Amino acid sequence: MNEPKRPMPAGPATSVGMFASLRYRKARDRVVEALLLACGMVAVFITVAIVAILVSESAVFFEHVTLKEFLTDPLWTPLFADAHYGIMPLVAGTLTTTFVALAVAIPFGTTIAIYLSEFAPHKVRESLKPVLELLGAVPTVVYGYFALLVVTPVLQKLLPELPGFNMLGAGIVMGLMIVPFVASVSEDAMRSVPVYMREGSYAMGATRLQTALRVVVPGAFSGIAAAYILGISRAVGETMVVSIAAGMQPNLTFDPTQPAATITAYIVQVSLGDLPHGSIGYQTIFAAGLVLMIITLLFNVAGFFLTRKFREAY
Amino acid sequence: METTMSTAADSATTGGHEAPRIAINMDGHRETAPRNAAKARAEGLSFHYGAHRALKDINLEIPERMVTALIGPSGCGKSTFLRCFNRMHDLTPNTRYDGAIHFYPDDFNLVAKDVDPIEVRMRIGMVFQKPNPFPKSIFENVAYGLRLRGVSNRALLEEQVEAALRSAALWEEAKDRLQASALTLSGGQQQRLCIARALATRPEILLFDEPTSALDPIATAKIEELIAQLRDQVTVLIVTHNMQQAARVSDFTAFMYLGELVEVGDTSRIFTNPSKKATEDYITGRYG
Ligand SMILES: Nc1ncnc2c1ncn2[C@@H]1O[C@H](COP(=O)(O)OP(=O)(O)O)[C@@H](O)[C@H]1O
Ligand SMILES: [Mg+2]
Repeated sequence: MNEPKRPMPAGPATSVGMFASLRYRKARDRVVEALLLACGMVAVFITVAIVAILVSESAVFFEHVTLKEFLTDPLWTPLFADAHYGIMPLVAGTLTTTFVALAVAIPFGTTIAIYLSEFAPHKVRESLKPVLELLGAVPTVVYGYFALLVVTPVLQKLLPELPGFNMLGAGIVMGLMIVPFVASVSEDAMRSVPVYMREGSYAMGATRLQTALRVVVPGAFSGIAAAYILGISRAVGETMVVSIAAGMQPNLTFDPTQPAATITAYIVQVSLGDLPHGSIGYQTIFAAGLVLMIITLLFNVAGFFLTRKFREAY
Repeated sequence: METTMSTAADSATTGGHEAPRIAINMDGHRETAPRNAAKARAEGLSFHYGAHRALKDINLEIPERMVTALIGPSGCGKSTFLRCFNRMHDLTPNTRYDGAIHFYPDDFNLVAKDVDPIEVRMRIGMVFQKPNPFPKSIFENVAYGLRLRGVSNRALLEEQVEAALRSAALWEEAKDRLQASALTLSGGQQQRLCIARALATRPEILLFDEPTSALDPIATAKIEELIAQLRDQVTVLIVTHNMQQAARVSDFTAFMYLGELVEVGDTSRIFTNPSKKATEDYITGRYG
């Protein structure tokens, strides 16, 4: 900030009044900069506050329940007379539904992205993208009932043993729900691969498919991986579909044909009840929320290192 | 004449020590014509971007294993003409070729609708203005065209990659870092890598579109030297806006202006004794 302040020679072109003074423009810059910084700080502050609340409220919970019980007890029945506080059934439900959702969303989302970015004629792309985005705007409660009333009955035709509430139907619909998101983010990543890269491939005699799979997808890998990771975060955090269609019984199983509760479904269930503040039952919400946040964080960190590793492999 | 062609995979043993001109041409085509015979000939070639006619009735012969340079002011259609040879325009909607580019010795029209552009690109390679290596290892960049054609035999790939890198004068610099990312190479090395990538599949014609315009003078000199050597193994068609470059590397020079071919001839004659006024004006720097 301490540049030597040598006055500009006042030439005829820089007549006073024609331009805003430099001092004014610099001051305006500083004000805008401060505002931007403030906005950024608000976001940071909110995040820190949420974490702080989760941690401090969980601390109260862990005064009553040992960490060992929390992590190893196979039952989660905090609201029953015979209360157990094992988080694993909820974690299992969360991971299983997430896995099913990804098994749907990743192949479909990636294929749609490749089609839109590399194959679709301009007009088709321009009309399909808004439709995709519209799918993302359907309220999740609609997807929930779609899982319960359409997908599960169809699945029951194939698997007659399937109960009416199950993780399979919920996971599949959750996957369909995040397909547009995965497709859209992956497509953006693929389209940012420069044209000259594609031309290099076509000039070697590559077909469209070869160019897409060998040059565009690897070139867009970190963006595509980001799409997958954001997709996982969505699936882990998704609440409505699993609450409606997966049943709400905590169930320590990784079998998707079983009913189960996820962490999010449990939190909704308890938040809607009338538990007194300060009771352990109430504190479980925060412990469960903390676990949810840790799972999401783990996936993001893993994704971060994964994309770095692959980028280095080029 | 050796006309029996083995497939890529079992010709591993024929790949010889006479590198780099070894005999694997994936499509079984091999230049058998004598040097200087016509390799390709544009005949009444016109080209349209939508309603814009960028090339007007061009007639030009490209001689076998010679370097032909295309010069002319910016926007006159040099790149457009070059990209007709490997049908790059097929990737742009609303474009149209009229007329013909005959390709010899097979004698078919490269720009005919019923000719598959991919087949054309398998035989005619291209090096672009900006080096565009893929974000893969050096080895995989050069192996790219071979893999596209279904070669997966490791020994054959290694042999061909080495031969191509040698032909592109990059082997000594790259041999100890074949698995490193191509993006770690300097600009000039990247451009030579792109040349190696194109050479690896034994193209019959190699197209260059201002290959040195993004490079410093030393890297440029290396590429020019390389192009002059390449004339022993491949027919070269090069676009350049640098007249000294055309004079240094080419045997023949064609001057284009406003989408038309004004004049073509021996490079030395074009630069010393052009027969058209427009050519003379251009090479003496009166416009462009
Ligand atoms: N994709 C395109 N669409 C429409 N017009 C184009 C396109 N590419 C080039 N042109 C036009 O074609 C003419 C020739 O361009 P180009 O072949 O790139 O010239 P040069 O390579 O000689 O500089 C120019 O008038 C240019 O504006
Ligand atoms: Mg050009």
